[in-house]
Amino acid sequence: MNVKLTFRTREYSIQAGMTLRSALIKLEIPVESVLAVREGILITDDEILLEGDEIRLVPVISGG
Amino acid sequence: MRQHKLALCAEHFISWFQDHIARTIDRHKMFTSTNSLLLAVSGGKDSLVLWDVLAHFGFKVDGLYIHLGIDEDMFYSDRSLEKCVQFSDQNNLHLIQVNVEEMYGLPIPEAASKSYRSKNRTCALCGLTKRHIFNKVAVTNNYDVLVTGHNLDDEASVLFGNTTHWLGKYLARQSPVLDATSSGFPKKVKPLCRTYERETTAYALLKGIDYYAQECPFSAGATTLSNKALLNDIEAERPGFKQQFYLSFLKAKEEGLFDPSLSDRKTDIYSCKKCGQPTSNTELCNFCRTWKNIMSSTGS
Repeated sequence: MNVKLTFRTREYSIQAGMTLRSALIKLEIPVESVLAVREGILITDDEILLEGDEIRLVPVISGG
Repeated sequence: MRQHKLALCAEHFISWFQDHIARTIDRHKMFTSTNSLLLAVSGGKDSLVLWDVLAHFGFKVDGLYIHLGIDEDMFYSDRSLEKCVQFSDQNNLHLIQVNVEEMYGLPIPEAASKSYRSKNRTCALCGLTKRHIFNKVAVTNNYDVLVTGHNLDDEASVLFGNTTHWLGKYLARQSPVLDATSSGFPKKVKPLCRTYERETTAYALLKGIDYYAQECPFSAGATTLSNKALLNDIEAERPGFKQQFYLSFLKAKEEGLFDPSLSDRKTDIYSCKKCGQPTSNTELCNFCRTWKNIMSSTGS
């Protein structure tokens, strides 16, 4: 497992080589509910996750 | 953006986003550059993004932040206010602040616990209070139009809830624009009504807008959020679904889907004997009556 994803207070690890979309599905994080940032850059869900990547998942849904 | 069958770089997304909102404002005849606008800001992404876009186009827009006194979750109200102050300072924009506890005697959570009508329903009292203050500030300061940051996901969620319960009157009244009334309610508009939440989030990230990402602690378990989650599941399978659901509804309304009388407000409107705002009650409006009961229960 060599890609780290953080979502709110939780950290996830996943194998490199898959798309962001595939990673989110694997982690059961609804694809439409987050945007992803890698090294300060917004990435799309067809981006391939590379070894050593640290991805910050930004929640999209708001309420209240 | 599968919902638009469009893929853009950062630079062109920003200009597309701004133009998209400008087209929404024009399409629904929300306001022009001669109008004075009062925008409800919460420190969250939608209101600050909208403020950014309106200021970009040179609209005369001031922000209104209502401090609800929510201390749960690491001083939620204080932290969200900080974001509004920071944004307004950085962009030379005017921010009006209203503190509910200072103005009415109690913060919202404590007031809700003492309210017969809103007991343990903090959101109900919160919404009632915010709407009242919004109208009051707008009318007192002669703003032409009230603006809120409700986005397409919000509207689709409300539409979904109203449809699944077949609430005809609410469906008839749901609209990007509520016209001003002769009784004294100002015009209210939602320029983000055709904009996905993902798009406002992306805009905020790309523009470096520092917004308060924490959810209101009282929103946990809210129907709105569960509706949004359901709609997002459908959207993931059918890109563009939320947009099609909401925009088709607006089109159907224009074509007469609903009996116009469903959206008519009661004809007998009075002025509240305490605050003067329009009300269907002969004595006090719902807001004044609720807060009177709250303060009575505290012995104040």
